[in-house]
Amino acid sequence: MPEMNMVQALNSALRSEMHSDDRVVVMGEDVGQVGGVFRVTQGLFKEFGEKRVIDTPLAEGGIIGSAIGMAMYGMRPVPEIQFADFIFPAFDQIVSEAAKYRYRTGGEFSCPMVVRAPVGGGIRGGHYHSQSPESLFIHNAGLKVVCPSNPYDAKGLLLASIRDDDPVLFFEPKRVYRAVKTDVPEEPYLIPLSEAKVVREGRHVTVIAWGAMLFEALESAENAARHGIEAEVIDLRTLWPVDIDTILESIKKTGRVVVVHEAAKSCGFGAELVSLIAENAFLHLEAPPVRVTGWDTPFPYTLENEYLPLAHRITPALLQAARY
Amino acid sequence: MGFHIGSAGEEAAIVASAAAMREVDWIFPCYREFGALLWRGMPLQGYIDNMYGNSNDSCRGRQMPDHYSGKPYRFASVSSPIGTQLPQAVGFSWAAKLKDEKIAVAVYLGEGATSSADFHTAMNFAGVFQTPTVFLIRNNGWAISVPASHQTAAKSFADKGAAYGVPAVRVDGNDALAVYKTVKAAAEEAAAGEGSKLIEMLTYRMSGHSTSDDPRAYRSEQEVEAWQQKDPIVRLRKYLESNQAWSEKDESDCVEQLRTELKACIKKAEESERPSIASMFEDVYREKPWHLKEQQRQAEQGPRHKANH
Repeated sequence: MPEMNMVQALNSALRSEMHSDDRVVVMGEDVGQVGGVFRVTQGLFKEFGEKRVIDTPLAEGGIIGSAIGMAMYGMRPVPEIQFADFIFPAFDQIVSEAAKYRYRTGGEFSCPMVVRAPVGGGIRGGHYHSQSPESLFIHNAGLKVVCPSNPYDAKGLLLASIRDDDPVLFFEPKRVYRAVKTDVPEEPYLIPLSEAKVVREGRHVTVIAWGAMLFEALESAENAARHGIEAEVIDLRTLWPVDIDTILESIKKTGRVVVVHEAAKSCGFGAELVSLIAENAFLHLEAPPVRVTGWDTPFPYTLENEYLPLAHRITPALLQAARY
Repeated sequence: MGFHIGSAGEEAAIVASAAAMREVDWIFPCYREFGALLWRGMPLQGYIDNMYGNSNDSCRGRQMPDHYSGKPYRFASVSSPIGTQLPQAVGFSWAAKLKDEKIAVAVYLGEGATSSADFHTAMNFAGVFQTPTVFLIRNNGWAISVPASHQTAAKSFADKGAAYGVPAVRVDGNDALAVYKTVKAAAEEAAAGEGSKLIEMLTYRMSGHSTSDDPRAYRSEQEVEAWQQKDPIVRLRKYLESNQAWSEKDESDCVEQLRTELKACIKKAEESERPSIASMFEDVYREKPWHLKEQQRQAEQGPRHKANH
């Protein structure tokens, strides 16, 4: 089985699905000839031609708006937004249109498409190349939101997202793109949406993370282990609809939870997770839930590592929750 | 019925343009095109059910009145945000072109929508990719209270086509035959692979923006009266009568028949059930996730449930 980084795994997923399903088209700024600024679509233009790998004008609203039309026609568009920070010109098309098409037409139309966008910090991109806007899309009914943490999951989740009949926001942690390699099968395989994964078992405290922060959570769990604290780490993988069962099962075991995300704290997805835990497992809680997140500031350039919820901030939170 | 967004004065621009599209072509509406939907075959009862948002409404009562859709009639869906349908129509027609299906897509907009970002991106994509899209601007003079002169400094809305490489024409939108001929030619050319077209139909919104609007606050009676003289239905009727194709009796029979049908549809719509609480939680996703099942249970056990009365 070949080793791949996340860029290669995503490329493998797109190539395989474009071979097996001629409804799949890739579109966006620079996705064609150059293969995307992160090279996720490299080689696809040559292999599938300009009718299926489309370099579009520089207009996110046009990319998503026309992808919606293609999906209504019966295609399976996979539009790329070059950075999630640039998704806002398309926000109206995503939340007012794609998210509501099935509902507002009584099921006559739907928008099966996957909006791919790199998210998160760690590449010294300042606030226009680093943000994590997941909660804005989770808050709007009708969208699914996925964020893989590693190459293997990235391929299986992207294939499952393309085959899903609802619009999916597929956020790719750019910091992980080339930083991690795993074994990735050449052949297609699916990782079902809305299934979280317990990536480290523990009995004292649960850490919930996703994307690039999963590795920080794992490092913190390692640190905590040296203090005799066994942390259970959950990789959500699909953020919405969230796998509540896996979360609650873990909380019922540990009674303590730390939620980690890069996005700003207030109204971040961590707030929803903590609420769900409080609503569904209050009597199992032994300590106040803790959120370790980006600060409520715009994402800074120079002080990036002071903004991000890296292991040096997660570890004390784990110990605090475990010893409460 | 809480709301209506009418088409008085714009009937020719709407119905004659829809009639000019072939059955295989698609229509993407703005929100004054219920005439086009009826032309395409939506039964009057279906439209009235949509106005009432009852359980027979194909949108299942989820949208306010005049926000219909009609996939069986090759008719897309109405939403309130301005201009959002434009890139969608481009994408839809683009997909047809990529699949070598020789169809055209007509997409309606008001002149106000030409100020939106979506108009720019849609026209630009349509021009670059030569999609078979026919943009139909109903220039009815007013975007709620804002006159056409505040939407552009260009000499006409058709002028905008040049910047995108999209051929554009202006047509008397109150002349049904002129609209029909112009749109038919544009749609045929688009479907044949000649790319997008922009048609500015000059017409006038005789009523308020909607039933929630009072146009007396911002425009003169004289302006409205001047346009009354150009009523597109009267003009078409006069033409037909002068060709012995319509008579006073045809007119009164037609009005009587429609009035009876409309009354029956309204009665039936009024007597129809409201959508069920369960239906509120359906079609959010293809399959209902756990959180919606949970919220449905809460809603069904809530104070509106008959067991709690």
